[in-house]
Amino acid sequence: MIDFTFTEEQELFQKAAREFAETKIAPHVPEMEENDETWDPVIKELCEGEMMAITIPEEYGGLGLGYTVRMIALEEIARVSVATAMMMQVGGLGIDPIILFGTDEQKQKYLPGLASGEHFATVAVTEPTGGSDPKGCRTTYRKENGSYVLNGRKCFITNSHIADVQVVLAMDEDNPEAYSTFILEKGMEGFEPTHIEHKIGMRGCNTGEIEMKDCEVPAENLLGPEGKGMRVSMTAISECGRAGMIGCALGLQAACLEAAVKFANERILYGKPISKLQAQQFKIADIKIDLEAGRLLGYRASATHDKGERAGNEYAVAKYFTTEAAQRAAKIAADMHGGYGCMEEYAVTRYVRDSFVLGPSAGTSDIMKVIVSRWALS
Amino acid sequence: MLRIVVCVKAVPEPKAAEDIKIDPVTKSLARMEVPLVINPLDRNALEAALLIKEHDEAHITVISMGPPPAGDIVKECLALGADHGILLSDPAFAGADAFATAYTLAIAIKKIGQQDLVLCGRASSDGATEWVGPELAVFLDLPVVTMVREFAETENATWQVKADIEHGYRIVQVQLPAVFTVTQDLNVPRTLSFSGIIKSRKKEITTWSLEDLAIPANSVGLEGSPTIVSKLEYVESKRECQIIDGTLEEKVEQLISKLIEAGAI
Repeated sequence: MIDFTFTEEQELFQKAAREFAETKIAPHVPEMEENDETWDPVIKELCEGEMMAITIPEEYGGLGLGYTVRMIALEEIARVSVATAMMMQVGGLGIDPIILFGTDEQKQKYLPGLASGEHFATVAVTEPTGGSDPKGCRTTYRKENGSYVLNGRKCFITNSHIADVQVVLAMDEDNPEAYSTFILEKGMEGFEPTHIEHKIGMRGCNTGEIEMKDCEVPAENLLGPEGKGMRVSMTAISECGRAGMIGCALGLQAACLEAAVKFANERILYGKPISKLQAQQFKIADIKIDLEAGRLLGYRASATHDKGERAGNEYAVAKYFTTEAAQRAAKIAADMHGGYGCMEEYAVTRYVRDSFVLGPSAGTSDIMKVIVSRWALS
Repeated sequence: MLRIVVCVKAVPEPKAAEDIKIDPVTKSLARMEVPLVINPLDRNALEAALLIKEHDEAHITVISMGPPPAGDIVKECLALGADHGILLSDPAFAGADAFATAYTLAIAIKKIGQQDLVLCGRASSDGATEWVGPELAVFLDLPVVTMVREFAETENATWQVKADIEHGYRIVQVQLPAVFTVTQDLNVPRTLSFSGIIKSRKKEITTWSLEDLAIPANSVGLEGSPTIVSKLEYVESKRECQIIDGTLEEKVEQLISKLIEAGAI
């Protein structure tokens, strides 16, 4: 038999994450919406709330809880703030390559600080010329005096201005087929965050550009084998990254369902709540069906991942489905609100804006279809 | 080492209040049909114990009476930092009023052994009688201070506590062992943490039945409850909206009159 339920302990983690989200994150949301650059308070909360330690092994000061618990936490946090969940998700995405490919020295150096929240992480792959096609990246490295020298620019990087530790993908200056990943630290000479992006949604989630100008990176900061950087970054993105986006999408779907149900029960039309109207009931059913299906896909993938098996394909299916479903859910929820669904004091307007940022992150829906079709055809 | 017992009750999730049904036979709340949470004021009681433990050597036992699902809230208390959990669970305990609840809890606390401090929330969010704490003290033959909002240990196990009374507070000195019932002003309860949940893996929950307590069945549960609930009804709260017209001054005047009329001010 297949058991589709969380364990008692996972339910307790879910409860803890919900308490955390509602008491520590939710109070910051209005300010994040008002001022797009207010991210410090929630980053502090994420760190103090042990949220960045979830997947880090206990031997490095983490909780060693795996990807299902991480998805549970992200869903609960995204339910109140997708922007915060996004920073947490990409923070984890910066941690994962170090767990998977780091040397013992690198793990000892970086993971305890990332687990305790002293430091925050990110991963930087996307460039103006390459995201969906990572081989379009033009950031280069060359070996010089026993170190590596990086030059280039990365864009749309979540946590660009927050992260103390950034895992950066770069191409060999002399061999356009060879890519390597490096651990860059805040304050390294020639490395700095530059432009801050202002997105349609996820206000308060730090996104921006980073620039490397003759940035000298010590040889010991090479992450994974030289020339195998594509594998390092893509493994993390295809599993940890997509898992995180699924958590964000599920949380947004859940928020949309709650908002739709609440409004439908309160809004009186023709002398009765609109929840009594079948046209509105069907809309709620659509959101609910998508959420239920999304949870089955997402948590199936994370359970596979937690068993130590590859789950990139399963995550691609779930990432496509849940991020698309989140957009549908947000539109339905806003539609149900009628004119109120156009007013910013109603959270559904935020949900609509946030939902549009879910799709492109960690692989667009079209890229997910490429992966899924490759899986089906293989 | 200070031995502390915290009494906790599983109550319906306040957000699900509208879904709570009344059992027409026992005239008690059908708690099992809605999600259960730790009674909010019991979290203040547990937080008080945890704060004591942060500064002094202490052992915290959490005790709850309820059906097996109430074990979840005991587990939650362990995750919050309590050392040991006891669940009193037996069909014979069902339908207990405050008197029978206090009696059963007292028997169990005596079975644990000598305790220095028994902490309870002032009231439960569902029954809200405020009797369990004081009655527990009677059964344990201990002094009780109700509505405690602040306490500090002084000397020789004599504690000075500040407790609410109507329109004020009183300061009381009490010799431990004692029973305190606490208010929400005592502290801000901590939230669950992931590492707390991990630590609770090694903590035990002991379940005691009627047989374990070795007391007659007619002294507990509905049978042991002298309270007779003759009637229990749903209260429907209705909202009414009135539009007040006039100049700003007139509107304010009218609003104040209406609020006085309604007894709101």
